[in-house]
Amino acid sequence: MFEIESAGDLMLGLITGIVFGFLLQKGQVAKYQTILGQLLLKDWTTFKIMITAIVTGSVGVYFLVERGAASLDIWPFQPAAMLIGAMLFGAGLALLGYCPGTGMAGAGEGSRDAMVGVLGMITGAGVLVVAYNILEPLALALGDWGKLTVPVLLASSSWTIIAALGLVVAVMLALLARYEPRHSRAHAGGTSIS
Amino acid sequence: MTNPFTLKSWSPYAVGIGIGILSWFAFATADKHLAITLQYEHIAAMAQMVLSPGTAATNRYYAVRAQAGLEPKIGWYLMLLLGVFIGALLSSCLSGDRSRITVPALWGWRFGDSTARRFAAAFAGGAVMVLGARIAGGCTSGHGISGTLQLAVQSWTFIVLAFVAAVGIAFLFGKEGRNHV
Repeated sequence: MFEIESAGDLMLGLITGIVFGFLLQKGQVAKYQTILGQLLLKDWTTFKIMITAIVTGSVGVYFLVERGAASLDIWPFQPAAMLIGAMLFGAGLALLGYCPGTGMAGAGEGSRDAMVGVLGMITGAGVLVVAYNILEPLALALGDWGKLTVPVLLASSSWTIIAALGLVVAVMLALLARYEPRHSRAHAGGTSIS
Repeated sequence: MTNPFTLKSWSPYAVGIGIGILSWFAFATADKHLAITLQYEHIAAMAQMVLSPGTAATNRYYAVRAQAGLEPKIGWYLMLLLGVFIGALLSSCLSGDRSRITVPALWGWRFGDSTARRFAAAFAGGAVMVLGARIAGGCTSGHGISGTLQLAVQSWTFIVLAFVAAVGIAFLFGKEGRNHV
C-alpha cells in the first residue's frame, strides 16, 4: 500500500537520526527548561546550537551542491503559509516547551510531558492532512513565489551570502559570550512520576 | 580523560558543528535533510489512507505532495524520527541524565503542579505547533536548520517570525519566569 524505501536508505536514516538525537540530548535542548530559557531570552544555548549548525551546514552543503553531489531541497516561498504557520508554531512552542525534534528527543530522555507532546504533534499533522482542501487556499492566499533563496533574491553569489552569514554569526557569538545573562538549570527537577 | 559519552552536556558550539556536519552526511549519503514534522504528517496521511480511503480519494493533499516528491511512505524520514528517540535514549542512559518529568519546574511554578493540566497543554501545544509547521512546510529542524543552511527565503522568514511569536507569548504569560531559569 505504501512505498517502502530500500534497506540501505532505512539504515542511513536510522544512523542519521541516532546521531541527531544523541547531539540534541548532549546539547541539553531536549529539556523544557532550556527551551523556555531561550524563549525568555535568558539561556541562549538553543540559539548558539542553531546558528553554529546553520553556518557549518551551509558551507558543506553548498560545496556538495556545486559539485553535483547533492541537490537543494527547499520549500517554496509562500508568504501566507509562512505567516500563519509561524504564528501557530510560535504559540504552540511556547505552550509545549519542546520543538518537534527536541520533543522526540525529550521523549527519548524519558520526559512524560514530551511524550504527550509528540502525540499532540501527530494529531496536529493529522489536522493538516484532513483539512488540506480548506487550508490550501489560505496557505496560498499571498501566492507561491517558487523555490526562492536569499542569493537569488539579492542577486548575489551563494558564497558571498554564506561569508556574510558567517561574519554575522561570529559577531553574535562574541556578543553572547560577553553579555549572556547568568542562568542555571538547577530547577530542572519539577514533578516526576515515581 | 573523561569519556565524553558519559558527560551530561557538551558545548553548544560542539553540538552545533556536529549537527552541521551531520547535515553534510545526510545530503551526501541520501540527498536528504534533517526534518522532523514531514514524517508526523506522513504518519497521519497513511492513517487516513488506511482508515478512510474514501475521504483520502477526494483529498488534494496526496496529489500536491506527490507533485513535490513528498508522498507518504515508510523510509528515511521515519527512520530518522525513530533514530532521534533512540539517540536521546542512548545519550541519557550513558550519562545518567534520565528524566521522568511530568510537570517541569518552571511550568509548575507558573501554572501549578497539576499533571492533567500540563498534559492537556502539552498535547494542545504540540498539535498547534505542528499544524503551523506543516502549513509553512517545516519546523525548527526542516526550516530552522536545514532550510536556513540552504539559504531558503521561506525558512529564514519562518524561523525568525516563529521565534518572535514564541518569545512574545513566553513574556506575556511568564516574564517573571526569567528568575527561575
